[in-house]
Amino acid sequence: MSLTSTMNDSTQIVTVNAERIDAAIAIQFKEDMRSETESGASRVILDLSEVKFIDSSGLGAIVAAMKQLGASRKLDLAGLTPMVDKVFRLTRMDTVFDLYASLNDATAVGNT
Amino acid sequence: MVDSFACTFLATELDARSGICSVVEQLRVMGLPEAHANDVQIVLAEAVNNVVEHAYASALPGDVRIRCNLNKKQLWINIHDDGGPLPEGKLPAGNPIDLSVPTEELPEGGFGWFLIRELTSEIQYIRKDGNNQLSLCFEISTGGI
Repeated sequence: MSLTSTMNDSTQIVTVNAERIDAAIAIQFKEDMRSETESGASRVILDLSEVKFIDSSGLGAIVAAMKQLGASRKLDLAGLTPMVDKVFRLTRMDTVFDLYASLNDATAVGNT
Repeated sequence: MVDSFACTFLATELDARSGICSVVEQLRVMGLPEAHANDVQIVLAEAVNNVVEHAYASALPGDVRIRCNLNKKQLWINIHDDGGPLPEGKLPAGNPIDLSVPTEELPEGGFGWFLIRELTSEIQYIRKDGNNQLSLCFEISTGGI
């Protein structure tokens, strides 16, 4: 599972360089997110614009990644493609995370 | 006119992934609209994951056979495996997820049957001769969405 990070002020942007977060890769994703976010940035934006598909395992791994950050840090999601967005909406997980249409939208909110 | 095809693959996560992708691609070629193809991919991923993780849980992975029947109004997908039965031999309720809990208690799984029930119009389960048959129906809208 390939994750790449950039820092933007005190925000960490983690880009998922994979087309699917599904049962075959969910556990690896959770572990990789744990080490990738050790930086301790208070806000992490997960850029999902390359991800075309997640199943319930992938969704659970994203929830796990948020819980791993702890209560004082935030995980926002950006660039959800149609099937990914649908899974979040159907399960109402779009009420648990802040979702942004694009990475630009997500980073614009942080800068005031 | 009914179009149908069948596909079999081993019940491992990676074989399931490519098997499901080829089923969905075949359905697209047969004219299934994109929005429905997306729903089918979500449902198949959940149903087949259940076979991989639960039906064959304590055994070597066996086969999963998927048969599709597509006509103008409905798509029926039948998933067959030789693994263990559903708990108590019944379809799980798949209730909506309780999101009113504190963040640290949010569930990380158990969403599969909810998604399957949301996206299908009918579900049938038959256990016979030591194997499972799960049949799923998708209503195909004619004209615009």
